[in-house]
Amino acid sequence: MLAGEHGYAAQKAMEILVALGKIYGAERLIEIRSAQISGVSYANLGEEGLEFLLKLAEDGKVRVPTTLNPCGMDLEEWAEMGVPEDFADKQLKVIEAYLKLGIEPTLTCTPYLAGNIPGLGDHVAWSESSAVIYANSVLGARTNREGGPSALAAAIAGRTPLYGLHLDENRAPTMLIRAPRISSELEASALGYRVGRMLGSGVPFFKGLGAVSRDQLKALGAGLASSGGIALFHVEGITPEAHRYSGMHAEEEIEVTEKDLREEIELLSESLEDPDLIFIGCPHASIEELTELYLLLGGRRIGRRLWVFASRAVKAQAEKIGLLEKLEELGVKVYCDTCPVVAPLRRLGVKTIITNSSKAAYYLRNIHGVRVQLKPLQELVEDAVR
Amino acid sequence: MRIVLEGRVIREGRAEGEALATRQPISFYGGVDPETGRIIERGHELEGEVIADKILVFPYGKGSTVGSYILLRLRRRGLAPKAIVNQRCEPIIAVGAIIAEIPCVDEVDISVISRGDIVKVEGARVEVWKRRQSP
Repeated sequence: MLAGEHGYAAQKAMEILVALGKIYGAERLIEIRSAQISGVSYANLGEEGLEFLLKLAEDGKVRVPTTLNPCGMDLEEWAEMGVPEDFADKQLKVIEAYLKLGIEPTLTCTPYLAGNIPGLGDHVAWSESSAVIYANSVLGARTNREGGPSALAAAIAGRTPLYGLHLDENRAPTMLIRAPRISSELEASALGYRVGRMLGSGVPFFKGLGAVSRDQLKALGAGLASSGGIALFHVEGITPEAHRYSGMHAEEEIEVTEKDLREEIELLSESLEDPDLIFIGCPHASIEELTELYLLLGGRRIGRRLWVFASRAVKAQAEKIGLLEKLEELGVKVYCDTCPVVAPLRRLGVKTIITNSSKAAYYLRNIHGVRVQLKPLQELVEDAVR
Repeated sequence: MRIVLEGRVIREGRAEGEALATRQPISFYGGVDPETGRIIERGHELEGEVIADKILVFPYGKGSTVGSYILLRLRRRGLAPKAIVNQRCEPIIAVGAIIAEIPCVDEVDISVISRGDIVKVEGARVEVWKRRQSP
């Protein structure tokens, strides 16, 4: 493949994998079960990124099931979202290139809620930091924190260099975190954000969280991965590899209190009276979150823009059980394929946002210069019906 | 004075040019302007310098993985460095050099290379002609 006998795409892919293997001292390449590719929004790729993908798509094909991160717009309802036509044209070309490479257009940061569900011990090559940390921690699969091009290279070659989190020795906790009980996705994401910021890297082992839900684990991971370079965590009694380390005495220990969480939320948040947009779904919402939203609304119609971002798979589930229709009747809009972080937000005229995700707050402020207030789902719903 | 260094090939190639050297890591996403090739990171010791057609010498890359695509953008616009010499290459720079087809070598003792030296990169070999010290 490296010599080019399989074409340009295979050669470039192998060149990337061999270079990474060299940098990290990997002994060999191992086969992977799936890949998840980031770098889909035209807003980030630009014209040159698009050209590169088109060139790869001329003779390239992925060898393993491969899913795609969100792009810059809902593919069906981009006009309604307010996405300009010139952007939409370019975005569709990006998606076509990925389709030609044989990639499923799942367009979600939660591939594990859309059919790409690796098992315990499976080697995969995923990009998208919140999906990487979920795959490693909650599913017990094994992936390094890939970038878009390196995950794509692994998908085309069907292999990845054996180093880092693919190896047992790098999956052990490096820090014990004593945490308070968590009661919402917002608290979970704030805990993640704080610990990520304090650690920077490494593998935290959480104690004291109580009975956390799958959605809270999703929020915790997204927080850890956005403020730090963290790609794996364990939760005592909950995550699949935690029992291996239950007797372990971490050399260092950090305590996080409820007060710390409140401070962390304040740090990322400012007070907003009249937000342009209220949204949930960073990372993309699950069917459970949609149900909770519906229950909290209690039949009340919303009085301002409330958007939910979810995968098309989750939206289809909601439609099947009649939940989507009920939410839409109350004025809630469920968008797919995109999220506020990767959409051309300023061009949609959105400058102030209320949401329940620390990750979203961090990126919206830093990349888009948007003003953000963080609130738990319960309070955010009350703002929306006002 | 000529110094010959032996490194490790990240992306094969040969190039010769004037060194733009720094001891600080470089972030291509947000730190280099893809429209002009100018380093725009606030407070960076090379802030304001243009990297186009230089042999860019720095310890390693930092920041977002989108940085790989920025190297590609620079190359397509004719604003890329002629070659990259790193102390310890990491994935952002390695992937960027490969997709943008910029010769790249690492595991080089970059402390012996100064700004303005003439540097020739040929595979793993890095030849440095020291600029004459000003009197």
